Amino acid sequence: MGPYEISLATGVGIYVILAVSLNLITGYCGQISLGHAAFFGIGAYTVALLSKLGWPMYLTLAAGLSSAGIIGVIIGLTSLRVKEDFLAIVTMGVAFLFVGIVRQQEFFGGEMGISGIPSHGMTKFAYLCFVLVFAMLSILFSWYVKKAWIGFAFDAVADDEGTARTLGLDIKSYKLTAFAMGTSMAGLAGGLYAYYTRFIVPETFGFIESITILSMVAVGGIGSTFGVVFATVLLVMMPEVFRFINDYKLLLYGALLFGVMRFKPEGLSGFYTLLTGNKEK
Amino acid sequence: MAAILSAEAVTVRFGGITALKDVSFEVKQGEFLSLIGPNGAGKTTLLKTITGIVKPANASIKINDREITKLPTHSRIRLGLALTHQIVSPFKSMTVLQNVMFAAGYKKVRNIGLSILNFSRSSEKKDAMAFLEMVDIAQYKNFPVSTMPLGILKRLEVARALAIKPKILLLDEPLAGLNSQEASRLADTIKLISQNGMTTVMIEHNLSEVLRISDRLYVLDNGKYLASGNPKEVMKQPEVRTAYLGS
Repeated sequence: MGPYEISLATGVGIYVILAVSLNLITGYCGQISLGHAAFFGIGAYTVALLSKLGWPMYLTLAAGLSSAGIIGVIIGLTSLRVKEDFLAIVTMGVAFLFVGIVRQQEFFGGEMGISGIPSHGMTKFAYLCFVLVFAMLSILFSWYVKKAWIGFAFDAVADDEGTARTLGLDIKSYKLTAFAMGTSMAGLAGGLYAYYTRFIVPETFGFIESITILSMVAVGGIGSTFGVVFATVLLVMMPEVFRFINDYKLLLYGALLFGVMRFKPEGLSGFYTLLTGNKEK
Repeated sequence: MAAILSAEAVTVRFGGITALKDVSFEVKQGEFLSLIGPNGAGKTTLLKTITGIVKPANASIKINDREITKLPTHSRIRLGLALTHQIVSPFKSMTVLQNVMFAAGYKKVRNIGLSILNFSRSSEKKDAMAFLEMVDIAQYKNFPVSTMPLGILKRLEVARALAIKPKILLLDEPLAGLNSQEASRLADTIKLISQNGMTTVMIEHNLSEVLRISDRLYVLDNGKYLASGNPKEVMKQPEVRTAYLGS
């Protein structure tokens, strides 16, 4: 494996964590989020700042995960008051708010971002393995959540909050838990990204990035862990393998998002179900 | 016999409209009470106030003498209420069986910790099958609910409500939209459930079935109490006939 392949695979691993984390919120619990990249950014900035203060890597990653999770729960509180289109607008606002704040504050490096993030101290291949372990843990965690009763409760909340409530479900707790889980994982992905690039700028965590992550979830099949992982690998690799696509990446993601929603809302997992008759549930 | 459920002085306003004005009623343990009245009388609003879906301007609602007026919906449900919906609302991503299994697992989703730690669904599957058999739709267990006709979904609503093992079953127009044969069969099923000891409060417009299966009627008109008592005697009262039947 050459340095390029290692770098590409590390990026894929980080995006897998991100997509799986958004799938927990949007796919499992039915809470639309158009600002997921903000939590990716919160994790990245927390890790970047703390690592520059000399904090050890495991502590910075834990702090990145926690800070994104705490802010995620605060944003999740809005999901208790608004839903669907209105929640989409609120979370979109979060994406703009995050970039707006870090861009304007010298403390966060302003437009120039934060450079000189300390090294993770591993070889590139070892760091790839490190990222892939977290990606695998994210997939396993997501799979476990789906199979446990919490996943069943998320299904009920996503289907019909009102009915779930009249069956005795405390839907507030479940919605906030989905936000806490998903945004914490996004924060972890952000931390891994900060150590991976060692240089972060606000644009990386903007609205377009949120839509990119959402495309991965939608193309894979909203709610399907394995569909989402497959789509993420495909969408991250495709512009790299076929260089000419790279210039039209956003156009491609947009077209795929439109195509999936128009023709196959179940995404790639829907094709799998169609071919095999097995439903991932 | 003591009241298992009571609602006193219930007043509900939607903006400038008073949907319920100073309505009081109680249900005794094991009783089958039907709430009737013309459209807009406030029947569904009353059930939604009892379950906490609608916030009243004034009310005192008790289950077994415990005040529940300030509790959120899920807490009231956990104290022994179950509600079926006027417009059927199955969980669309689930099969018929999964809909009832989820309800049967109500103890496993009482809090986040339990729901994360619990994995097995086998006992809930067994319970759910028993409830599906009780309402006679066990043969449809593996069908997605989106493919099911209204008659099955109405029964599914009842099975799902029973699965949370309530003390009081609140049914909002369970027979609406069914043909006379389906309505009669479901009414028989509901009566059987009631005869097995379930306290039941039912809103229903199908008067012939209401009169056939209810122990007592409670009539609302235009948000106000009109009459209550033995079904046949209540229906003889001129003001009830005028309000409900227009004659």
